Amino acid sequence: MNVFQTFLNSMPNAVGQGMLWGIMAIGVYITYKILDIADLTVDGSLTTGGAVCAVLITLGWNPWLAVGMAVLAGMLAGLATGLLHTACGIPAILAGILTQLALYSLNLRIMAIGDTSATKASLALSPDRNDLLLSSRFVRSLGLDNPLLLLSVVMALVIAALYWFFGTELGCSLRATGANGRMARAQGINTNMTKVLGLVVSNGLVSLSGGLMAQYSGSCTVDMGRGAIVIGLAAVIIGEVLLGKVFRNFALKLFSCVIGAIIYYMVITLVLRLGLESTDLKLLTALVVALFLSIPYWKGKYFIKAGRKGDKAHA
Amino acid sequence: MLDVNNIYKTFDPGTVNEKTALNGLSLHLDDGDFVTVIGGNGAGKSTLLNAVAGVWPVDEGTISIGGVDVTHLAEHKRAKYIGRVFQDPMMGTAATMRIEENMALAARRGQSRTLRAGITRKEREEYHEMLKILDLGLEDRLATKVGLLSGGQRQALTLLMATLKRPQLLLLDEHTAALDPKTAAKVLDATERIVNKDHLTTLMITHNMKDAIVHGNRLIMMYEGNIALDISGEAKKKLTVEDLLSRFGQATGSDEADDKLLLG
Repeated sequence: MNVFQTFLNSMPNAVGQGMLWGIMAIGVYITYKILDIADLTVDGSLTTGGAVCAVLITLGWNPWLAVGMAVLAGMLAGLATGLLHTACGIPAILAGILTQLALYSLNLRIMAIGDTSATKASLALSPDRNDLLLSSRFVRSLGLDNPLLLLSVVMALVIAALYWFFGTELGCSLRATGANGRMARAQGINTNMTKVLGLVVSNGLVSLSGGLMAQYSGSCTVDMGRGAIVIGLAAVIIGEVLLGKVFRNFALKLFSCVIGAIIYYMVITLVLRLGLESTDLKLLTALVVALFLSIPYWKGKYFIKAGRKGDKAHA
Repeated sequence: MLDVNNIYKTFDPGTVNEKTALNGLSLHLDDGDFVTVIGGNGAGKSTLLNAVAGVWPVDEGTISIGGVDVTHLAEHKRAKYIGRVFQDPMMGTAATMRIEENMALAARRGQSRTLRAGITRKEREEYHEMLKILDLGLEDRLATKVGLLSGGQRQALTLLMATLKRPQLLLLDEHTAALDPKTAAKVLDATERIVNKDHLTTLMITHNMKDAIVHGNRLIMMYEGNIALDISGEAKKKLTVEDLLSRFGQATGSDEADDKLLLG
């Protein structure tokens, strides 16, 4: 079989992975694009979501309930970062790093719940033994057990819920906080509260993604979230660079994060087929994100178009 | 309406940059007072407004608005009583949000934000009518992102937003300083109309002595963190720029400030 054929063959899985990371990327979009905070908690909270979900499923919990608990756990992680940032005055990036670090220890403990050992670095799930919502095994199936179906529904629900939320008074105050904190406070918005709320919602989504990811791939390892922020950013930025001009509506902007993640996974799959080692992926991802982040800057610097005053403020 | 009682504020205390910006300042405003504030660079004009708005806590003294002690109230809680327009036209609005969304945020100043709709159809109609008072054609661009507006348009919108929900106190911090003369005159005009219409208690900093004399019923001039001159009523109506300069010299015993004041 030639490279192209195997590449096509692995497309459904790339789409599945892309959709999972797309949900995560929507979480990153909330902090990075709306709140203007680079939140590094997500490297930890993705794994937390996977760990909580996997451990509860192995303990025989209903998988929906397990996913729900994973979301709650992620929201708690976001709350921790938010309070470190607002109540303790720690810069947002550092607050995220602190929570992420703490979560590494916690995740090892979470995965050992119900086990004789004190800590555990990985858990395996299988559709044969466990009651799972989705599994990559059925990614080419034509029936209802195809994970792409469930992921599409979850994605649509997430986007619909966020579209509604960011149109409410509370959601608007969150957007104002990220757009202009001083103005928001002058309008009576408690910007500390809205920042915490944004981090809670964002990390809840990231953990949702982690919980689904653990079931999809059939495993949860303590390292599954390493570099997640960069993949999430890659998805957000690829989506924005490619579709930002076409997708104006907020729901479509969220959807473009998912498209970005799917494209990212297609590219990853292709370069793997071309012979790159999977351990090289983090280098590749970092390069891709660095490149896409540089494009807007270079554009502003070397190809200045008239009448775009607003750009500078966001540099 | 506003009672500022003996407030002090020192920035960077104990460092080489130590600066006493407010030095035991007291000020009382009656309901409906329109007070213009002038003074040289570093006289403490903006610091006074920021102290009232609660951007940071004062070192000493008390501030109350409409009988409510707000000295220890956080900035976002004081916003319930105060409408503000900043010197920087970019500061008062959210660039990435629409005109109507910005106005809807301002309409909810001082209220708790819930999961109700961020903006309703009825509000859109109201905002369409309200924007007409600015005479800038913004009423037909409700869905435009504020970032696409000019500095003057943004400043006029900020002014409207600050007064959308009637504030007990309106703080204008050199809100026309960054605009070209023609736009500045237009915004000042709108200010006069809005303040008179709603009978708003207002503190307006300006670097333009003529504007300070023409507008409002009372004028205060600041010097070294305190009030050096306070002129109101008939005396203010007869005031000229020359008067003001000589009286300022007498009050402070300084004539070097003349140039600084005139050049703003």
